[in-house]
Amino acid sequence: MGRFLLRRLGLAILTLILLSLIVFFGTHVLPGDVGRVILGPFADARAVAELDKQLGADKPLIVQYWTWVSGVFRGDLGTSLAFQQSVSSLLFPALLNSLKLALVAFVIVVPLGILGGIVSALNRDRFTDRAITITGLSSVAVPEFVTGIVLIVIFAVNLNWFPVTAQAPPGSSLLTQLHYLLLPAIALVFVLFGYIARITRAGMIEALDADYTRTATLKGLPQRTVVRRHVLRNALLPTIAVVATQTGYLIGGLVAIEVLFNYQGIGHLLFISAQKKDLPVLEACVLVVGVVYLIATVIADVIYSLLNPRIRYGTAE
Amino acid sequence: MSAAERPTTGASGAGATATAGPPALVIDDLRLNFEVRGIQREAIRGVSIRIDEGESYGLVGESGCGKSTVAFAVMRYLARNARIVGGSIRLAGRDLLAMRESELRTLRQTALSMVYQNPGSSLNPSIRVGDQVSEAFQILGVDRAESERRAREMLAKVQISDPDRVMQRYPHQLSGGMQQRVVIAMALAKDPTLLIMDEPTTGLDATVEAEVLDLVSSLRREFRTSVLFISHNLGVVARVCDRVGVLYAGRMVEESPTDELFRNPRHPYTVGLLRCIPKWGSRKADGPLDTIPGFPPAVGAAIAACVFADRCGLVQDICRTTEPDLFDVGEDHRARCHFHDRAQDLPRAEPPAAGTGTGAGTAGSNEGAPAGADEEPLIRLESVNKTFRQEGHEIRALADISIVIRPGETLGLVGESGSGKTTLARTLLGITTPDGGSVVEFEGHPLPMKIAQRTPEQIRALQIVFQSPDSSLNRRHTVRRIVGRALTKLVGMRGEQRQERIYTLTRSVRLDRPALDARPAQLSGGLKQRVAIARAFAGDPRLVLCDEPTSALDVSVQAAILNLLVSLQREEKVAYLFISHDLGVVRYISDRIAVLYLGRVMEVGDADVVFGGPHHPYTEALLSAAPILEGERGPRIRLEGEVPSAASPPSGCVFHTRCPRFLGEICVNQEPPLAEAEPGHLMRCHIPIEELRAMQSKETPPTGSGDANGSGEPS
Amino acid sequence: MISRPRPEDVGTEAGVDPVLQAFGVEGQHDSGDGSRSTARRERFRLLLRSPTFIIGTLVVLFWIFCAIFGKQIAPYNYLGEPGSILHKLEPPSSQHWFGTDDLGRDVLSRVIVGSRGILVVALLATALGTVAGTAIGLATGYVGGWLDEVVSRILDAFLAIPVVILGVLALVALGPSSVTVILVIGFVFTPIIARTVRAAVLPEREQEYVAAAELRHERRSYVMFVEILPNVSGPILVEFTVRVGYAIFAIVTLTFLGFGIQPPAPDWGLQIASQYIYLSGHIWWPTLFPALAIASLVVAVNLVSDGLARVFER
Repeated sequence: MGRFLLRRLGLAILTLILLSLIVFFGTHVLPGDVGRVILGPFADARAVAELDKQLGADKPLIVQYWTWVSGVFRGDLGTSLAFQQSVSSLLFPALLNSLKLALVAFVIVVPLGILGGIVSALNRDRFTDRAITITGLSSVAVPEFVTGIVLIVIFAVNLNWFPVTAQAPPGSSLLTQLHYLLLPAIALVFVLFGYIARITRAGMIEALDADYTRTATLKGLPQRTVVRRHVLRNALLPTIAVVATQTGYLIGGLVAIEVLFNYQGIGHLLFISAQKKDLPVLEACVLVVGVVYLIATVIADVIYSLLNPRIRYGTAE
Repeated sequence: MSAAERPTTGASGAGATATAGPPALVIDDLRLNFEVRGIQREAIRGVSIRIDEGESYGLVGESGCGKSTVAFAVMRYLARNARIVGGSIRLAGRDLLAMRESELRTLRQTALSMVYQNPGSSLNPSIRVGDQVSEAFQILGVDRAESERRAREMLAKVQISDPDRVMQRYPHQLSGGMQQRVVIAMALAKDPTLLIMDEPTTGLDATVEAEVLDLVSSLRREFRTSVLFISHNLGVVARVCDRVGVLYAGRMVEESPTDELFRNPRHPYTVGLLRCIPKWGSRKADGPLDTIPGFPPAVGAAIAACVFADRCGLVQDICRTTEPDLFDVGEDHRARCHFHDRAQDLPRAEPPAAGTGTGAGTAGSNEGAPAGADEEPLIRLESVNKTFRQEGHEIRALADISIVIRPGETLGLVGESGSGKTTLARTLLGITTPDGGSVVEFEGHPLPMKIAQRTPEQIRALQIVFQSPDSSLNRRHTVRRIVGRALTKLVGMRGEQRQERIYTLTRSVRLDRPALDARPAQLSGGLKQRVAIARAFAGDPRLVLCDEPTSALDVSVQAAILNLLVSLQREEKVAYLFISHDLGVVRYISDRIAVLYLGRVMEVGDADVVFGGPHHPYTEALLSAAPILEGERGPRIRLEGEVPSAASPPSGCVFHTRCPRFLGEICVNQEPPLAEAEPGHLMRCHIPIEELRAMQSKETPPTGSGDANGSGEPS
Repeated sequence: MISRPRPEDVGTEAGVDPVLQAFGVEGQHDSGDGSRSTARRERFRLLLRSPTFIIGTLVVLFWIFCAIFGKQIAPYNYLGEPGSILHKLEPPSSQHWFGTDDLGRDVLSRVIVGSRGILVVALLATALGTVAGTAIGLATGYVGGWLDEVVSRILDAFLAIPVVILGVLALVALGPSSVTVILVIGFVFTPIIARTVRAAVLPEREQEYVAAAELRHERRSYVMFVEILPNVSGPILVEFTVRVGYAIFAIVTLTFLGFGIQPPAPDWGLQIASQYIYLSGHIWWPTLFPALAIASLVVAVNLVSDGLARVFER
C-alpha cells in the first residue's frame, strides 16, 4: 500500500507542476502581451510597454515563470494590480469563506446523495428508482445560479426566511453564519445530488448483481444483512472517488453562486480579478482551486486504498 | 437433518448408495417459462428428478439446455421474468414452491447450499475469508468464538493445510483452487441436505479440478450429503456422480446410473453426444469424429413432439407427432425415445474414416513421424527464453525452450495455466519478444522477433486461431469484411479476385454464402470459430497456432471444428501448434506432444509415446487428473499444492516440490537436462526411463482400448 | 427485492437469427450465449419504449425548431419594436405572454430567438471536444506506454481546474466572443472526453481482434479507427450527449458572469444576467422564463443521454 500511496502522491505533485505551467502560460502566452490584456486593445503602445516592464513581462517567459513559481513556494503570491495589496491577504480569507460554504453543502449533499443512490438501487426499475433518477438528472442539469435565483425569489424575497446575501455581518455567531450560508448551499446541493446519487446507484447495482451477493443471499442471510455487510462496502468504494472529483466541480460552481449571493469567497475573488484583469490574483485563485482539487483526490485515494483490501494487501501469494 | 438409518422398503436400484428416509430432492414435472415482452418462452419443459439421501446426481447437457435454471429453481433464486408454471420441488419432503420468504431463508440457512462457477467472484472481495466462513455458523445463532473455531475446523476438512493463515486472508490472495475449497467449506458448514454444484470446476486446471472433485467425493461420504452436480463435461460427471440425467432443450431425455449411461446409452442424443468426444486413445488417423447435425431448438420454440426429432438420424413420422414417454429401458434407466432399443444404431453424421483421406492422415502420424525427423523443420526454437519484469521481480515465463515443428504436423502443447503455453505462442507470432540469445528459425532462416521486421511471406505463414471468436472477431464487421481484409492485407487481393477467394475460402470452412453478410453476433459459436479459421487460412499459412480453439464450445461443435481442422491440414499441408487443456482432444489431433511446466519443456515426443508411457512424472500426473469417460483408471496420482510462482521457481528440478516420484537430494539441487530417453522421446527427469517404465507398468492410466460406447464401430 | 436477480435475456435479442440457423452446418450448435443480434434495431426499439427518452427528444426537437425558425415564429422583434421602451417590465399579458424586460422587449420573443445561439455554440463546442477527445483517447488507450503516461498527466492537470474557471481564465486571455467560447469549451472538454474514450478503449485493446489485426501487420491508424473506433462508438455517443448538456450549462454560466456571449444577442444567460437585479422588486418574469428555457433544454438533453446510456450500457 505504501508504494501505491507514494505513487499517487508523486503523481499529484507532477500534476501540480503541470497545473502551474497551464495557469501561467494560459494567461501569459495566449494573448501574447500581458500589458495589452490589462490595458485593453485601445491603450497607448507606450503605456503597454511601460506596464510590461513594471510587471517584468518584458523578460523571457521562462524567467517570468520561474520568478512566479519560486515566489509561490516562498508563500509570496505577488501583489494585486487592482487592490494594491498582497495577493495572499486577499486570497486566504476568501478561501476560508469558500471552504465554509463548500463544507455546509457537502455535509448536506453527501449523505443525501448516497442515501438516494442506495434507495434507488434497492428499488431498481421501479417507480422510486425512476423518480430519484429523474430528479437527479433534472437537478444536475439546471445551472446553480438558476436554482439560486429561484431560491432567492421564493425564500428570500417572498417568504423572507433567509437573507438575500450569503455574507453574514462581521463577528456573527456560527449559527447566524450558517443561516446566511444555507440558501447558497442548497443551490449547490441541487447540482451535486444527481452526480452522487447516480454513482452510488451504479456502484450498488454492480454489487447487488455480483456473485458474492448471491452467495450471501443463498447463505440464508436476511436482506438487510446482505445489504449492510456484503453490498454497501463494495458499492461505496467508487462513490468516494466521485465525491472527491465533485469537490472540483463544487468549487467551479462557487463562482456563479458567490457572485449571485455576493459572498466574499474565492469564486467571487476570481470573478472580480477576471473582470479587472488582475492577473496575479487570477492566477493565484486558479492555482489554489487546482490545489484544493488535488488534495481532495489524494485524500480520496488514501481512503479508497484503506478500504480496498486488494490495494492494502498485494495480490495472490 | 440427521441421517436416520431406517431400513428401506424399496431401494431405488443401481444407485451406489443405499437409501434411507425420504428422498433428499424430488422435482416433479417442473415447468418454467421466461416472460420476454409479454411472451411466455418455455425454458424447462417438464423435468422430474429424484435424488436419494446421500446420492450424487449429475445433470448434463449443452449450453442453453436449462441445467442451471433447474438448479436456481431449486434454490428458489430465479430471474425476475422467470415463472414456474407447473410441477413441484420437494426438499426432504417439504414443498419448496409453497414456502414463504422466511421459511425459505431458514431452509437456505440449514438445508440447502449451492456452489457455482468462478469461486473468485462468489467470495466477497472486501471481507476476510475467516469471517465469511464463520458467518455461515453465526446465522445459526452460534456465538462468535465458537463459529470461528468451527470455521477453522471446516477449512481443515476441505484439506486446507493452514486454516489459521487462510482465515486471515482476503479472497484475492488465494489461488482459484483454494477459493473453491473455501466456497465448498462455506456450503458444507450447515451440513446441508442437498448441495447443488453448478460447474464448480469449470475454469480450473485439470489437476486442480481433479483435486476438487476428489474432495467433493470424500466430503460427500463424510457428510452423507446429497449432491445435484451440474456440468457440461461428461468426464467430470462420470467421476463424481452415481446417476446422471441428460437434459436437452429443457426436457429430460435420458436418465440412468452413471456407468450404464456411458456404456449403454439409449437415447440418440446421448449416443451422439458420446460419439462427439474423442475416445481416449483415438487419433485423427482413425477417421473424423462424429457430430450432431443441426441446432438445438431455441428457448421458447414451440415443440410438438420429440425435442430431438429435427436432429435425429433415426427420426420417423411418429417422432414429429407424438411425444415419446420416458420409457423404462433397464434397471433404473429411462430414455425418452420411441426407438430407444435402436438408439445405438444411430447412423453416423460423419462418414467414418473418410475413404481415401486416411492415407495422408496416417502418414502424418505413424509412418510419417520418423521419416519427418530427417525433413527440414518448419520452425526451430533453440534456447528460447522470456523473462518478464514485474515490480522488481523477474518472472521467467519461458526457460530454455528448444523444440521443432515439422511441416504439416501437429504439435500439441499441454501444461497447467502459467506453464508458458500462451507466451510461447505469442513469441512465435512476434507479439512477445524473447530474451536475447534466443533462436527462432523459420524454414532454416532466422525469424525476426518483431512482427514489424518480418517479411510479408513470414507474416502470412504464421497465423492463429484464438480461443474465443467473440473476442477475436470484430463484432462491428461483417464476415465478408473480416475475411476480405485478411486477404487484402496478407496476399494483396482486391476486387473480383478477392470476392472469388472469399467464396472458396469460406466454402472450405463450410460456411454458406448468406453468412458472409452477417456480423459475428448473428452466428452461433461454431460458425464464428469457422470464420476465425477462414481468416487464419487466408494467406495459405504454413503454421497455424490453435490456442484452445474449441474450449469455449459445446462438445458437438467441438467435434465439427476438430474435423474441420484435420481436413484442412490434410488439404493444405499446414502445421498446427495446438494448445489445449483437454488431453483427449490433444491426443486426437496431435502427431507429437510437448509438455510444459513453469516455462520448461518437461517431455516431448510422438503422441503415442508420450501418452503411452513411460511418462515423465508430471505428464503422468496430468494424465491421471484428466476427466475421461471410459475404462478403469489407475490410482489417482495427486499433485501436492499449487503451481509454484514463476517469480521464484523451485531449485533443481522445478517440479520436485510436487513430484510423485521424488528421488531426493539430486532433484532439489540439480536441474535435469532435457535428454533423449529413447529415440525421439525427450524427457527432463533424473529417473532413468527404464525405472519409470517399471514404476508405471503396474499402474498405467487407461489407454484407449475399450470401445466403451458400444457404438458398433470396428475399433 | 435483491433476492430477485435480473431478468434473463431470452429470445430475440439472445441467440441466433433463425434465418442463419437454416444454413448452419452439421454439428453446429446455438451457443445461446446472449449475443446481441440485430443489435441496432433492438436498441432503437428499446429507446422508443422509454417515455423519458421520447419526452427529452421532443423537447430538444422543439428548441431546434425554434433555433431554425425563431425569427419567423417570434411574435415581436427580439431587439424591440419602435417605442417598446414605453412598455418596459410589463407583467405577462395577452399581448406579451411572458411579459417584457427592462427595455420593453418581448420576453417570449427573446426566449424563442435565444435558443439559436446557445444550441449552435454548445453543439459546435461539444463536437470540437468530441473529435479531439476521441482522437486523443484512442491514441493513448491503444498505443499506451509513454505516450499514455505523458498525455494522461497533462490531461489530469487540466482536469484539476473546473470547467467554468478554466473558461474564465481562457476568455480573459482571448477576449469574449462566440467563437472563443466554442474554442474554449471544446478545448476544456477535450481531456474529459479523452478520458472517457480511453477508458472504453482499454478493454477493447485487450480483445483478440486487435491482436489479429496486429498479426496482419495493420497500421496503427487502421487498428484505431477501423477496428476499435466502431466498437467504442456507443460510449462516445453517450458522452457526446452528456457533454452537450454540460456545454449549455457552462456557456450559460460563463455568459451570466459576462465572459461568454456578448450583448445584444438574446442569449438566455445574458437575459438572466441583465434582469435578475429586478427580482428584489418582485419582477420575476424576465428572469424566470429564460431560466426555465435553460432548465427545459438541459433536462431534455440529459433525458436523451440517459436513455442512450441505458440502452448502450446494457
